[in-house]
Amino acid sequence: MKIKQLSVFLENKPGRLSVPCKALAKAGINILTLSLADTRQFGILRLVLRDWQEAKKALEAAGCVVNVTEVIAIEVEDRPGGLERVLEIVEQAGVNLEYMYAFTFGAKDKAILVFRFEDPDAAIKLLQAKGVNVIGGVDLFGRASK
Amino acid sequence: MVEQWNDSPGGFHPASAPDYLPVAQLRDLQLRRLQGIVGRAYENVPLFRERMNARGLAPGALRSLEDLRKLPFTVKADLRDTYPFGLFASPMQEVVRLHASSGTTGKPIVVAYTQEDIDVWTSVMVRSFAACGLHKGDIIQNAYGYGLFTGGLGAHYGGEGLGATVIPISGGNTDRQIMVLKDFGVTAICCTPSYFLHLMERAGELGVDIKKLPLRAGVFGAEPWTQQMRRRIEAGSSLKAYDIYGLSEIIGPGVAVECRHQDGLHIFEDHFYPEIIDPQSGEVLPDGAEGELVLTTLSKKAMPMIRYRTRDITSLAAEPCPCGRTIRRIRRIGRRSDDMFIIRGVNVFPSQVEAAMLAVEGTLPHYQIVLTRQKGLDQMEVQVEVTAEFFTDKIRSLEALQARIVHAIENTVGIRADVRLVEPHTIERSQGKAKRVLDQRNMA
Repeated sequence: MKIKQLSVFLENKPGRLSVPCKALAKAGINILTLSLADTRQFGILRLVLRDWQEAKKALEAAGCVVNVTEVIAIEVEDRPGGLERVLEIVEQAGVNLEYMYAFTFGAKDKAILVFRFEDPDAAIKLLQAKGVNVIGGVDLFGRASK
Repeated sequence: MVEQWNDSPGGFHPASAPDYLPVAQLRDLQLRRLQGIVGRAYENVPLFRERMNARGLAPGALRSLEDLRKLPFTVKADLRDTYPFGLFASPMQEVVRLHASSGTTGKPIVVAYTQEDIDVWTSVMVRSFAACGLHKGDIIQNAYGYGLFTGGLGAHYGGEGLGATVIPISGGNTDRQIMVLKDFGVTAICCTPSYFLHLMERAGELGVDIKKLPLRAGVFGAEPWTQQMRRRIEAGSSLKAYDIYGLSEIIGPGVAVECRHQDGLHIFEDHFYPEIIDPQSGEVLPDGAEGELVLTTLSKKAMPMIRYRTRDITSLAAEPCPCGRTIRRIRRIGRRSDDMFIIRGVNVFPSQVEAAMLAVEGTLPHYQIVLTRQKGLDQMEVQVEVTAEFFTDKIRSLEALQARIVHAIENTVGIRADVRLVEPHTIERSQGKAKRVLDQRNMA
């Protein structure tokens, strides 16, 4: 159920983002989704890719420092309140959500979001028990290639 | 010589008399004092005794000043290894003061003074002020930090000993410094040269014309500075900027000072015997040659220092100074033979910063210390290359890590540094080894 996410450290300086992007382009690796978190000094580029091992190699070869974390992909109703329902479950259970961001693709009326929990296994158990659709890697990558 | 009631300010200061000893008498005095101090160190300090015994030397072996070359050097690590009191030659009952300065690994080095030592220190500080043309009636604003650092109390007692009025304002609080400078009719100030530049700038912002103040002398030290900086200070103020040199291991400020000719620092040779050595071979170099300054205390009771390697690079000038002093001069110190740097009057070794990072992360990343000067104040930035070991996907953890490093450095070094996380391989390597300190302080 868990999906690997790569994080890349970037200094907050012009032109820094193009280094990892170029490395992935050169290796012919497609980015499924990404998010960029930044402070005044530095940023973290988070990536979800199909072949994360190859991507990690390519990024490291380009001199990037890469961290691998497990995240989960959750399908929510693409309508007002769709995300709120999931957040409510998380909040009530007191599970710590670190951050989240969205995929650019989804099924009709559905959106897919990436959630980074402190404890992903506990979060999966909780969400599935509440009937939330947690999407595994195979399913996710299948949808991405449609 | 003691100042008399009818000595007139601005003339020859009686306290300066030892500065003008005939050379033959000075050398005789030095030799006798040297024999005494080596005997004292041998008898009371195991480290000195063991090292001399290992070379088959007894204190009686010193028959001339040249014989000093046979004695082993003392280095900063010796003070650290014997921390805190291992090099004391006096029982604690006779020690009236302790000071401490930063060492190489977090532990400070501790120095001790008997009352006689304090009196010598005061006398060399009186002679320092006198050499800068100060006298009774001057109002000295002492902006060196008071505390374990020797700068504050050294200048304080010297100023009082001179008979001047001392304002013990200590460091910091720039606006208050300027108010006191203006309102108290201050005629002389003691601080680091970079701090005085900052005071000048701030005074300008506050609309205080520093050129119109009665300030006529600045006794600046505790950090390296240049001739260009002196010109900037003197052009922007009414004072003459004098360079003063000293180090805690020897006594504190007052080891050497410039006279009114401002051409090299007269070293108070009757208390501190100078040698210049080749820092690689340890060979003593002739007067005029550039090398590392090595000092031997000639009178210090509580903590004699035999051939202490200062790591400061300079040369000795034996030719007479137009002021008439016979004590030799050292050239202004521009650099050091190790990687220590001085920031805001505090000695810092890159190894201290390393120790702090090791304590936080358990591993040592590539790093570089970048020194800059902003508004006359020295800033230290530590750039740390992010490694896979401590990189995480969470901003929060990286910021927490930054904060931990800042805290650890402040605890070890006593200076707050900015910590900047940088991408791998961004710190320049020379021959595979990173240059640890990048000093971008504009000395001009």
